[in-house]
Amino acid sequence: MPFGQLLIEGLAMGACYGLFGLAVVIIYRTSEVINFAAGTMAVFSTYIAFHMITFYGHPFWLAFFFALVFAALLGMFVEFFFLRPAKNPTLLGLIVITIGVQLLFGGLVCWKWTADQQAFTIPFSYQVIYEPLPGVFISQWAVAVFVIAAVIVTLLFFFFKYTKLGTAMRATQQNKHAAKIVGIKTDRIFAFSWAFSSVIGVTAAMLISSRTILDPEFMMEPFLRAFAAAVLGGLMSVPGVLLGGGIMGLIENFFGYAMPAWKPITAFVVIVLVLCVRPSGLFAKHYVKKV
Amino acid sequence: MDMKRDYYEDIELFSSGTILFWTVVLLVALFAAPLILSNYHAYLFNLIMVHVIVAVGLNILVGSTGQIALGHAGFFAIGAYATVLLMTELSIPFFAALIIAAFISAFFGFILGLPALRLEGPYLAIATLAFGLAIMHIIGHVELFGGRQGLMAPALNIGIPQLGLDWEICSEKGKYYLILSITILMTLFAVNILKTKAGRAFVAIRDSDIAAEVIGINLTIYKTLAFAVSAFYAGVAGGLFAFVLGFFDPFTFHLILSIIFLVMVVVGGLGSVMGSITGAVLITYLMYDLFKNVDEIPVVGDLMVAVSEQWLTVTGMDNFSMIGLGLVMIGIIIFEPLGIFGAWIRVKKYWKTWPF
Repeated sequence: MPFGQLLIEGLAMGACYGLFGLAVVIIYRTSEVINFAAGTMAVFSTYIAFHMITFYGHPFWLAFFFALVFAALLGMFVEFFFLRPAKNPTLLGLIVITIGVQLLFGGLVCWKWTADQQAFTIPFSYQVIYEPLPGVFISQWAVAVFVIAAVIVTLLFFFFKYTKLGTAMRATQQNKHAAKIVGIKTDRIFAFSWAFSSVIGVTAAMLISSRTILDPEFMMEPFLRAFAAAVLGGLMSVPGVLLGGGIMGLIENFFGYAMPAWKPITAFVVIVLVLCVRPSGLFAKHYVKKV
Repeated sequence: MDMKRDYYEDIELFSSGTILFWTVVLLVALFAAPLILSNYHAYLFNLIMVHVIVAVGLNILVGSTGQIALGHAGFFAIGAYATVLLMTELSIPFFAALIIAAFISAFFGFILGLPALRLEGPYLAIATLAFGLAIMHIIGHVELFGGRQGLMAPALNIGIPQLGLDWEICSEKGKYYLILSITILMTLFAVNILKTKAGRAFVAIRDSDIAAEVIGINLTIYKTLAFAVSAFYAGVAGGLFAFVLGFFDPFTFHLILSIIFLVMVVVGGLGSVMGSITGAVLITYLMYDLFKNVDEIPVVGDLMVAVSEQWLTVTGMDNFSMIGLGLVMIGIIIFEPLGIFGAWIRVKKYWKTWPF
């Protein structure tokens, strides 16, 4: 495979990881919860779309829209019923809750749709190839990924910068108590950030599943790679996670091309190496511990 | 109410006659149990005891030292594979192989402890998780480890075949006695290590690592030691687990197993050996017996089969154990963050101070 091909494919996959990492980062920024359930929640919503298309015969865009709404409600549901009732949970407690949510939804998905592999298609096929420059091929799927990622990131940028809700989210992230004092309902902000994260997560999951397969576990590895991307970016910054996603996608694609058997563990090697050098990610400001 | 007046009172194994009495009753019951157990239940007890060893070891790391570990299935796998391979490839006797395997596992724990010195919180969680998955993938790709086909455990000969001392254990009940003895030894060791200098250093690190460093505890030594000890426990348990199962492949040691181990410790109660044991017993029973055969429970099972046929799928019903485990995990953090041990403390305090 030529170099340019690997580069574009890697960047496209990296954009998916970056998008999914964004879902992790949005929750971590506001509530300092690592959402281990992000992958499974996205799988659940993807299956909703799959079910509508396959069994009820609805057009893709209707199913897509419905899946987004479902994902938003699912995110709010998880925040409201599972995280809010926990009083002053420790970090380990939060991790246990989100892993519990992951098992819960994973089990439900397997129960409803079984563990069989399905094919999930979106209107952008990766078999339709364009040739913008001689010798450089780019699939329709990759174009769609780049466009969608760009649109989401632009929207998020304007949302955080100019809207009232976005400003409230940033305020909550900086100081929860001060945000409460100036009248921001922080609980509601958490619910909204879970909804946002879930919606972005399902968008990324649909893009990934149309490239690979759809089964209840298909988001496990992308989740870890997205997490690696988020860690590379320091878990806090939006540009950081996108850059991290790009790096992840490229490393994985080039390394996977050279040594296919070891492709799955690249993410972990990268995480561990980066964390050994910079314990709070490449782009994070240095973290000072208060005693 | 539980006041300690001097050091010797603090380090004694049984703080009161009542505890001594009930411990003896429990031990006698455990040793007599095979007389009435069926083979299946002996197998289940073996599995429970193996998990007790892991949970007690993990508790030293998570409960006492306060480090998050999501990769213990990796150490468990190292223990299992190393024991079996040392016995089959190098024909080392069982006990020697088990101990060497446990030390190999402890060495890997030490290695993982090194990056953990600089990491904390979510970063540590993801680094340990990555370790567990990486071990699984590496084992799946190397021919020596049987690849994806897995490995078959050899006959369990606890004598030294080279000297002509053969003592082969074939039955589940024989394995039960072997595993029970090792479990008791390991538990005793864990109870005692928490009362030594190292154990107190672990607790100090959990409460505040900076304060611990200030009073002269070497963080590098004690954090890596905590990882190594915990990995040693997982290694021993893994070696025994290989013989409980008889056959295993890389997917036996999936991420879900690490999660199950962590849940045992959290459900039992962080920092308490007794709590970890209860947690391991409860979670193993739920995951490997009750939830697995949920369709055989009298009324609930029929109801669930009916629900599955109506709206869901019957083939997917095996995944109920996942749903159950998830609900247990969420419920325990919301309703009883200190776990079963916390509930026990509350009940005890209520009765001791009654009617006030």
